[in-house]
Amino acid sequence: MISYWKKIPEQAKRLVVLAAILLAVFLVVRPQLVPPDFGELGHFRASALQDIVAQPIRYAGHEVCTDCHEEVAEKKGNSYHRNVACEVCHGPAAVHIEEEETDMLRIPRGRDFCIVCHEYLSSRPTGFPQIVSESHNPMKSCITCHNPHDPTPPEKPKDCAGCHASIARSKMVSHHVYVPCVRCHDAPDEHFTNPRMYHPTKPTKREFCGGCHASDDPSVAGIPQVDIDSHGERYVCWQCHYPHLP
Amino acid sequence: MNILKILNFTNQSQKRRSFVKMFLLSVAAIAIPGRSGSQEKPKKKSGWLLADGYDATEHLWGMGVNINDCIGCGRCVAACKEENNVPRLPFFFRTWVERYEIEANGRVSVSSPNGGYDSFKPELSDKQTIRSFFVPKLCNHCDNPPCVQVCPVGATFKTVDGVILVDSDYCIGCRYCIQACPYGARFLHPVTRTAEKCTFCYHRITKGMSPACVENCPTQARIFGELKKGASPLVRFKRMHNINVLKPNLNTEPKVYYANLDMEVS
Repeated sequence: MISYWKKIPEQAKRLVVLAAILLAVFLVVRPQLVPPDFGELGHFRASALQDIVAQPIRYAGHEVCTDCHEEVAEKKGNSYHRNVACEVCHGPAAVHIEEEETDMLRIPRGRDFCIVCHEYLSSRPTGFPQIVSESHNPMKSCITCHNPHDPTPPEKPKDCAGCHASIARSKMVSHHVYVPCVRCHDAPDEHFTNPRMYHPTKPTKREFCGGCHASDDPSVAGIPQVDIDSHGERYVCWQCHYPHLP
Repeated sequence: MNILKILNFTNQSQKRRSFVKMFLLSVAAIAIPGRSGSQEKPKKKSGWLLADGYDATEHLWGMGVNINDCIGCGRCVAACKEENNVPRLPFFFRTWVERYEIEANGRVSVSSPNGGYDSFKPELSDKQTIRSFFVPKLCNHCDNPPCVQVCPVGATFKTVDGVILVDSDYCIGCRYCIQACPYGARFLHPVTRTAEKCTFCYHRITKGMSPACVENCPTQARIFGELKKGASPLVRFKRMHNINVLKPNLNTEPKVYYANLDMEVS
């Protein structure tokens, strides 16, 4: 053996020694760099699966809401929205289930949320209920007519708009949208059966508008108010402002 | 005879015969158990028992998407970002919705403003659109995944239940997989600088829940379920519709199945 080793040229011996050292280094270092569970289940770190599975859940799933909100769930279950999970509108509820007092879910009341699904888009499938939000009661919030938990389209408000449709359409886009017709017009019951014989009343005085718009009247914030004595005192209000679209 | 004697042939042919015999036998002895061992059978290993009662070897997951049901509301995109803490910037998506518009002259335009996160705006143009629809996209969880093949460190892998996952602790952020994915389903997380992608909400499905996008789809355009089991909703979905996959010519064998998919979609 020794005689055989002596026969090998010097430069080859050095290469063999170097290769042996490299192999030894490789064998020592490799197990330290490669995670111990690598390759257990495949060419990957087996414990990575546990890390991924441990990710927290945010959406609790539609089944759990029913436990507490039974009435709403039953109502929704019989409506057109029966397949829309609660969390689509109200947001992730996993924390809410644990801390129902402090972590309140969102309640989207604005128009801009409903139209995410219901705005008319040519790409949407035919038959899906859609509206053109610019002309579909643009001043009203959706939830005044549609209950999101039972969104059956309501009957059209036929009482006044049945005959006064063009006025109703103007009022629909005006700031007076929430002012019911009877607030300004007293319609006798006979008007509905014999409209031309029995007329509803119309306001006759500036002070009627002043009931909301005079500056000395206590009224809801957001209603524009003027000094009724100095603001166009020679005219009645509806000579300049059309009450159905002020 | 003379030549044979020189080569010592008669003696050697006996040796050679036995040598060849022994050689073939030993090669066979090494190769046969090696081959049968390397077959990718679902190994019954306790490592695949992930959550309580969840044995990954008993499942194979896939997703169905019905184009005719998708209304492009983007609730899947929003739910995915919420569930998986995806950066809210408009270019990081695990799932997103594309709007296809096919004009009369054959031109196809695809748009996906913010991935469909805020739904889509009404189209106010004089385009002669003859056909238009939404296509939700996500990782296709290929059975033959190019992204896994190119990963140099083994940080991305296919689980035995058919989901492609990323080990973000082991990922070196080289972006090979992002380049390799033919569906553009991967991105580099801007903070961790590691590759990220749809996991089929692996943390949910291992606990018996459906992925967040499926849970939140208001029209059930997305169907999630088992591929191996006969009675799963997905198997039924595949039976009831004409099914297409994206880029079938690449032989990636996706497990996201589209119904009513237009030929323009890629």
